[in-house]
Amino acid sequence: MKQSVVQLFVTCLVDSLFPSVGESTIAILEGQGLTVEFPFDQTCCGQPAFNAGFQKEAKSMARHIVEVLHDTQGPIISPSGSCAEMLTHHGPELLANDPDIAPKAREVASRVRELTAFLVNDLGITNVGARVEEQRAAYHSSCHGLRGLGIDDEPRQLLQQVEGLEFAELPEAETCCGFGGIFSIEMPEISTAMLDSKIENLMSTGADVLVGGDVGCLMHIEGGLRRRGIAIQVAHIATILRKGNG
Amino acid sequence: MSKVGFRDRASAAIKSKEALATAAGAKRFTERRIQAAESFPAMEAARDEAQRIRLHTLANLDRYLEQFAQSATNAGNFVHWATDGEEANKIVLRIAEESESRLVVKSKSMVTEEIELNHTLEEAGIEVVETDLGEFIIQLAGETPSHIIAPVVHKTRKQIGELFAEKIGVDLTEDPEELNAAARFYLRTKFLEADLGISGVNFGVADTGSISLVTNEGNGRLTTTAPRVHIAVMGMERLVPTIRDLGVMLEVLARSATGQALTSYSTVITGPRQPDDADGPDELHIIIVDNGRSNVLGQSTAEILGCIRCGACLNVCPVYRESGGHAYGTTYSGPVGAVLVPSLLGLQDWGDLAQASSLCGACLEACPVRIDLPRMLIELRQRRVAQRLATPGLRRAIKTYAAAATRPTAFRVMMRAGGLAARFRPTTSGWMTSLPAMGKKWTSTRDFPSPETRTFHQRWKKSR
Repeated sequence: MKQSVVQLFVTCLVDSLFPSVGESTIAILEGQGLTVEFPFDQTCCGQPAFNAGFQKEAKSMARHIVEVLHDTQGPIISPSGSCAEMLTHHGPELLANDPDIAPKAREVASRVRELTAFLVNDLGITNVGARVEEQRAAYHSSCHGLRGLGIDDEPRQLLQQVEGLEFAELPEAETCCGFGGIFSIEMPEISTAMLDSKIENLMSTGADVLVGGDVGCLMHIEGGLRRRGIAIQVAHIATILRKGNG
Repeated sequence: MSKVGFRDRASAAIKSKEALATAAGAKRFTERRIQAAESFPAMEAARDEAQRIRLHTLANLDRYLEQFAQSATNAGNFVHWATDGEEANKIVLRIAEESESRLVVKSKSMVTEEIELNHTLEEAGIEVVETDLGEFIIQLAGETPSHIIAPVVHKTRKQIGELFAEKIGVDLTEDPEELNAAARFYLRTKFLEADLGISGVNFGVADTGSISLVTNEGNGRLTTTAPRVHIAVMGMERLVPTIRDLGVMLEVLARSATGQALTSYSTVITGPRQPDDADGPDELHIIIVDNGRSNVLGQSTAEILGCIRCGACLNVCPVYRESGGHAYGTTYSGPVGAVLVPSLLGLQDWGDLAQASSLCGACLEACPVRIDLPRMLIELRQRRVAQRLATPGLRRAIKTYAAAATRPTAFRVMMRAGGLAARFRPTTSGWMTSLPAMGKKWTSTRDFPSPETRTFHQRWKKSR
């Protein structure tokens, strides 16, 4: 795989709610001497429809994104374990019986990488030269990246190399925060109870900042912290890794 | 739709004593399971083998059922077939009447919970005593189990002490040993006086016609040997082909359920008492229960019948931990219940259980036979959508979003519209405290990020 050019799959949540996470991702990748391209017709990976059981809609969305990404070169980098997992596993599954697109879906899937996994496993980098003001950080393992793609050590390795960052292990880091996309609205009480457990564990770490790799989970946790008036910052790992790198 | 669904029951349970006790118990079980797996180097290989055995058995279930019934009959058992719970209960009742049984002791069995056997027996004036300590407590309390292997995980020692003091007249105590001794004392006479013992079956062995039971209290052995008659009630999917296969299953079951290398009492019973045997029942009946299972075999969720009832998926499930088992409203709770119950009983009444998951995948990771529970939850949601059981608001939202996401220009406009709207509702923090319509369900407990005034697409276009 040619690695001087990479494609950014920014995800719909970053696109509309956290565009700076996309900009940080670009800065980190460019900092590694890579040329970042952004396929402009990209939309959503289709996961919201897929998880909610709307298979026809999920298929049409998966088909669109495969068509857009297929016609590109190099690794496809996403600042989300969840969307990367959707493109890696469920996209090809959904399109497996459509012979015109199935091979393309598998080809795209083979190039998709979550940001931290790409840095550590493909580029072999754990120190991106980031430095932050002295602070204590806890890391939340988002479910789909962790269990779907096996991303666990990569973000921790990267965070441990950030100058100024003290790393605190979050108890039950691997337990879901209760976001779950549509789940957070269909089952708001249970979702909130899961969030409260997550926040309780987070408070026990004494962390100044909670870091994660998926803005979905992070906006859930930050939304909960803000509503409860708890002054713990929340940051996507790309935001942290960019700091001190201009 | 059931009038009161999972969401209402779960909401009422959050932070209750019951839910907190459940979460604590579930975490203890999970720690033990992980320790047991880590100290057994062959665990992953055993899981692979156990999965292969279960899937192979399900794929050939008709053949193995026939073989099991034949072997069990040859071993001197009476084998009965029940298409549903009602028929199974009638068979039990008939055997009880024919053997003039007045007192029944039972060892723990989820399938008899499923078919509500105790109710049928009690209505016929027969005394039923549960002898598994957890089930005994549940019976005294007049409740149902909240966990597959730990029926009473939702209760505290204090509650159990109070219950014993009230129901069996022992001095109030919270000491587990004293409580255990009180239950043993009470149950001992029941075992000796019982006419009929009823058990479940952990696994039936097709080639020998044996039934296998695992317990940690020895009550299973007393139930199946002391009374004159023993009835084993077995879900039709609970077979393994050979004794060797049983060994594999018991290895993963014990470790996944309680974190033990082997359950304290692993019993294999092949037929009733023989002339040379010191004890055992004169008659042994095996009732094979379908109760919707053959219908599930034809569904995309058939794999759920591979479940070996260890409870590991309940223990890791954050939804189960927060809500407790009773929120599921039926015998089987947690992720396995959320798949099995709608598959058995239909989506109309039970489909909302399939929504009771954030699809975090912890269940799949924990399942000793690697049942893909998240995939099947999605399968059930797809069926709900096809049967128009999804909420209309969600249907509209997904369809609108999908239509935009397949048209890049429309998508960019939609994303920009969020930013535009945000300009009219400026916030100082960048976070909104209230949203209309479906959004209220988020903002009732959480702030929501205000869309950025310029999307990533816009920023990219400007910067290049």
